[in-house]
Amino acid sequence: MNKVTNRQVICDTLLKAAETDRDIVVLCSDSRGSASITPFARQYPEQFVELGIAEQNLVSVAAGMASCGKTAFAVSPASFLSTRSYEQAKIDVAYSMTNVTLVGISGGISYGALGMSHHSCQDIAAFSALPDMRVYLPSDRFQIGRLIQELLKDQKPAYVRVSRSATEDVYGEDMEFELNKAIVISEGADVMLIACGEMVPYAVKAAELLQREGISAGVIDMYCLKPLDEETILRYARQVKCLVTVEEHSYFGGLGSLTAQVTAGKYPIRVTQIALPDGHLISGTNHEVFHYYHMDGPGIANTVKITLAEVRADAVCVGN
Amino acid sequence: MDVLTKKSCRLRRDIIEMVYRSGAGHVGGDLSVADILTVLYFKIMNVSPEKQNNPERDRFLLSKGHCADALYCALGEKGFYDVNEAIKTFCQFGSRFIGHPNMEVPGIELNFGSLGHGISVGVGMALAAKMDRRNYRTYVVLGDGEMAEGSNYEGMMAAGHYKLDNLCATVDLNRLQISGTTEQVMNSASLADKFRDFNWNVIEVKDGNNCEMLVRAYEKAAGYKGKPTVVIAHTVKGKGISFMENQSSWHHGVMTEEQYQQAVKELEEVLR
Repeated sequence: MNKVTNRQVICDTLLKAAETDRDIVVLCSDSRGSASITPFARQYPEQFVELGIAEQNLVSVAAGMASCGKTAFAVSPASFLSTRSYEQAKIDVAYSMTNVTLVGISGGISYGALGMSHHSCQDIAAFSALPDMRVYLPSDRFQIGRLIQELLKDQKPAYVRVSRSATEDVYGEDMEFELNKAIVISEGADVMLIACGEMVPYAVKAAELLQREGISAGVIDMYCLKPLDEETILRYARQVKCLVTVEEHSYFGGLGSLTAQVTAGKYPIRVTQIALPDGHLISGTNHEVFHYYHMDGPGIANTVKITLAEVRADAVCVGN
Repeated sequence: MDVLTKKSCRLRRDIIEMVYRSGAGHVGGDLSVADILTVLYFKIMNVSPEKQNNPERDRFLLSKGHCADALYCALGEKGFYDVNEAIKTFCQFGSRFIGHPNMEVPGIELNFGSLGHGISVGVGMALAAKMDRRNYRTYVVLGDGEMAEGSNYEGMMAAGHYKLDNLCATVDLNRLQISGTTEQVMNSASLADKFRDFNWNVIEVKDGNNCEMLVRAYEKAAGYKGKPTVVIAHTVKGKGISFMENQSSWHHGVMTEEQYQQAVKELEEVLR
């Protein structure tokens, strides 16, 4: 079982990049520990800026630095970064097209027992709606490393959400990665599961369970929520009986909404959305919460089976 | 009349033309900040069309972004573009001269509009200067009504904490906002005390529409080490046009033809 968290990989990647790039700056809001970015702060104190518990200032300061030639990474819990500093992200980062990567740590329900104040189940919806903002929810430690390397190469705004705990490995060191291109982890003829972030390993598990029952299920890792890889969605929409999206996010405006928006307009197909319910969430570790809402491997597999049964029933009705 | 005062009168003439033609803009605040913009652009700041991409140029942020019309006129007068293009197209369909500072306009550093962003973005620019050991200064101009925005105080705290003596804020303290006096709407006094509490050097300018006094304040600010400086400029909203002075109704009032003629006449008399 992998013990390395995605946030640690972000720090390692930035440490490596900073060896040759003096313009990389990391900014935190009293969040260096929870972001696992302390090694960077220690090794490059001149390229690290502490702003205290002030997320609005964090994002505006990052934008100001970026406008003066810095490659800025503003790192703060996703819950605060995506709501408290939303206007700063909208105007100073997205609208002004500054070279700022907003890194939302402990995303989704990582702080599962701390209450809704610490959840960020609206961040995909919020940031996707900002013109010129890109949104990424990488799954495992290999993918986050490659993503950060790619983002370092351009000068455009982005939001990246990572979870708090280590995520099960999906890929390996030699993974193939192309920015803004979804990764097809496995092929399926009956159903394709489209997942993002921490839900990808759960979707992989679900696909394995379904295969054992003779259902041909595949998995797409849609780590790029914006720009969404529409081409891959439509390619599989044409091949399978239904799509099932899986996300650690609200039902509204996340991966499921974005996927359904594409299929509804270009190739209507049944899209079942697995997401967190619209209401107060039960407290617990992330795995406990996912299990409770049927979002773990068996839960996802069960929803897929129900969907396939409904699709078959619909087909019979149409036939009559 | 000295050169700067003449310049600021010229700027007011442009502003009146722009807001009258467009039926848009925020003329009251434009006129109160006109002398501050004049002094910064024509005396204090190291900025010019030739240097607009020079990393050593001074940075300017109009945090009270609704007075973009005044800024567009100042940049036009400074030679960044033909000021008449700005005057003729301000807030018109497809124009780059939109109602709040737009980066597509040469000389504008970042897109602005919502209040309470300037100090924080300025902190970022000033920190970058320190990091790169560059000598440019960052100037931020705020309105006094704007000082009700809480984000200002996060920025002020960070600027004081990091002793950003390369950052200079100005509060265009004209005591009026859209709904009345700042004292009635939301009393932010004393701003001097608030800045001091956050470890800023405070310079009060008794007449913030007096170019000579403003020059002295900014020169003093540039020499001050170890703290950021705020210039609190006591100005008059609608300054220079008799019927607009000290009237909150002119926050974004639109002139009739008669009022326009009157305003032009008053400015032409001063220019003569």
